[in-house]
Amino acid sequence: MKRPFFLLLPTFLLCTGLTYSHAQGKYMTKTGQVSFFSATPIEDIEAKTQQVAAVLDFSTGQLAFSLPVKSFVFKRTLMQEHFNENYMESDKFPKATFAGHFVGFDAATLNAAGPHTVQVEGDLTLHGVTHRVQVSASVELKDGQVLASATFPVASADYNIEIPLLVRNSIAKSVTVRVALACAPAAGAVGAASPQR
Amino acid sequence: MTRRFYSASLFSGLLLAACALAHPAQAQTDLLSDLEKQTADSTKREVVAATFKGTHIINAQSIETPGHGTLAFLIQHRFGTLNSGAYEFFGLDQAVLRLSFEYGLTDRLAVGVGRSSIDKTFDGFLKYKALQQTTGSRAMPVSVTLFASSAITTLKFNTPANTTERSTASRLDYAYQVLIARKFSPSLSLQLMPTLIHRNYVPLDGMQNDVYSIGAGLRQKLTKRIALTADYFYLLPGYAADNYYNALGLGVDIETGGHVFQLHVTNAQGMTEKFFVPQTNGNFFDGDIYFGFTVARNFTVKSQLK
Repeated sequence: MKRPFFLLLPTFLLCTGLTYSHAQGKYMTKTGQVSFFSATPIEDIEAKTQQVAAVLDFSTGQLAFSLPVKSFVFKRTLMQEHFNENYMESDKFPKATFAGHFVGFDAATLNAAGPHTVQVEGDLTLHGVTHRVQVSASVELKDGQVLASATFPVASADYNIEIPLLVRNSIAKSVTVRVALACAPAAGAVGAASPQR
Repeated sequence: MTRRFYSASLFSGLLLAACALAHPAQAQTDLLSDLEKQTADSTKREVVAATFKGTHIINAQSIETPGHGTLAFLIQHRFGTLNSGAYEFFGLDQAVLRLSFEYGLTDRLAVGVGRSSIDKTFDGFLKYKALQQTTGSRAMPVSVTLFASSAITTLKFNTPANTTERSTASRLDYAYQVLIARKFSPSLSLQLMPTLIHRNYVPLDGMQNDVYSIGAGLRQKLTKRIALTADYFYLLPGYAADNYYNALGLGVDIETGGHVFQLHVTNAQGMTEKFFVPQTNGNFFDGDIYFGFTVARNFTVKSQLK
C-alpha cells in the first residue's frame, strides 16, 4: 500500500528539481545598461538607462530582461518628457521587457575564453506591443561574470509609437538599441537572490 | 499489488513527462515574472513629471521649471482687446510683449529674467520646487513650488505732466507665490496659488501696498499634444478688488517637437504678477479680451547625459 507513495515522491522531487538543479548556470544583474540612438541629418537623439534587470539561465537556455521606461536619461530634458509623455506613454506602459531563449547555443562553449556570438530569439514588449524578434548577441565569461551585449534595430511603427508629421524628419524610423550587461552568478534560484538590496 | 505498482509507475512516468514538457514552454515567461517580482521594489517612489507642459499656464507661473542645464527662451505676446473694433483690427494693431530667459540651475531651482514692454519693466525671479508629487509608498500628494519675483519699471517719470523723477525704491514691486499642484491623472492637473504682491509705491490714497490673491490653474489634455488650460486670480477684498477685475485666462497648449505654443484669451494685458494680479482692468465678459500667445523654446546648455 505504501509503495505508490514511495514512487510518487521521487517523481515529485525530480520535477521540482528540474527547475533548480542547474542554478549555477544562472547569471543576473539589476544594473545593466541599455541605450538607444536615433540619427537623422537634423538631430541625433540618444538616451541611456543603467537600471536594466536581466537574468541569463544557461542551464535552460532562457533569458529575460526588464527595464523601467522612465529611467531613460536624455541629453535634453524636454526630449525626456516627450519620450515618456507622448511616445512611450510610460504611465500606461511603465516597463519594457524581453523574454526569450538562446538558439542552438551550448553552455559549455562559455568556458572557452573570449566573446562568443549567439542567436537570441524571443518576445520584445514595448509600449504594450509584443513582437517576436531575433537578435545576434555576444556573450563572454570573464572573471566569473557573464558579459553580454547586443545591438539591434527597433522600428517605432512596429510598436504603435506614433511620430507626428512635424518632427518626422528629426526622429529616425528605426532606432538602434544597444544592450550591455555584466551579470554575476545568481545564488540558487532567481528568487533566492532577492534579499540583497 | 503488482498491478497497482505498474499503474503507479505509469502515472509517475506520465507526470515526469508532463513536467519535462511543460518546463521549457513556461520557463520563458516564468523567468521574466520571477525577474519582475524580484525587481519590484514596494518602497520605491517615483516623481510625477510633466504636471504642466510649460513653465507658465497662461498668466500664471506653473510649478514646472526648465530642469538642470536647460535654458528656456519665452516670447509672450498680447494683442489689443477684441472689442476695440475694426479700426484697430480687433486688437491686432496693438501689441505688448514680454521676453524672458529662464535657466535651470538644478532640477529644482530656476532663475529667470524678463522684460515687459508695459511700463518698460524688467523683472527677475527665483523658482524652487520645494516638494514634488510622487507615486509609490508614502507618496507625496502634491508638488509645491515657491516663487519670488521683483520687478522694476524704468519709465522716465520726469515728463511735462509729472515733474519729479521717482526714487529707485518707488519703482520696485515684489511678488511671492506658493504654487501647489497635483496631477490627478495623465491628462488633468490642477494648481492653487496663494499670492502676495507688495508694491513699494502706490499712486493713490487708499490703494493697497500689499495685495493678496488666491489663484487657480488647470490643464486638461485633449490629445497627447493638445491641452486646454485656464487660470484665474481671485482678489481678496480691498481696494484692488473694488477697482480692478480678477484676471481670467483661457487657452490651448499645442506641442510641436521642441516648441510649446500656448494660445490664449485673457482680460489681463500685463504678463508679470505685478500687472495681472492687482491691476487687471479688462472686463472679460464685456469683451475686454486680449488675444495672446506664449512660445517657449528650450536650449540645452548642459547635457543630462554624461
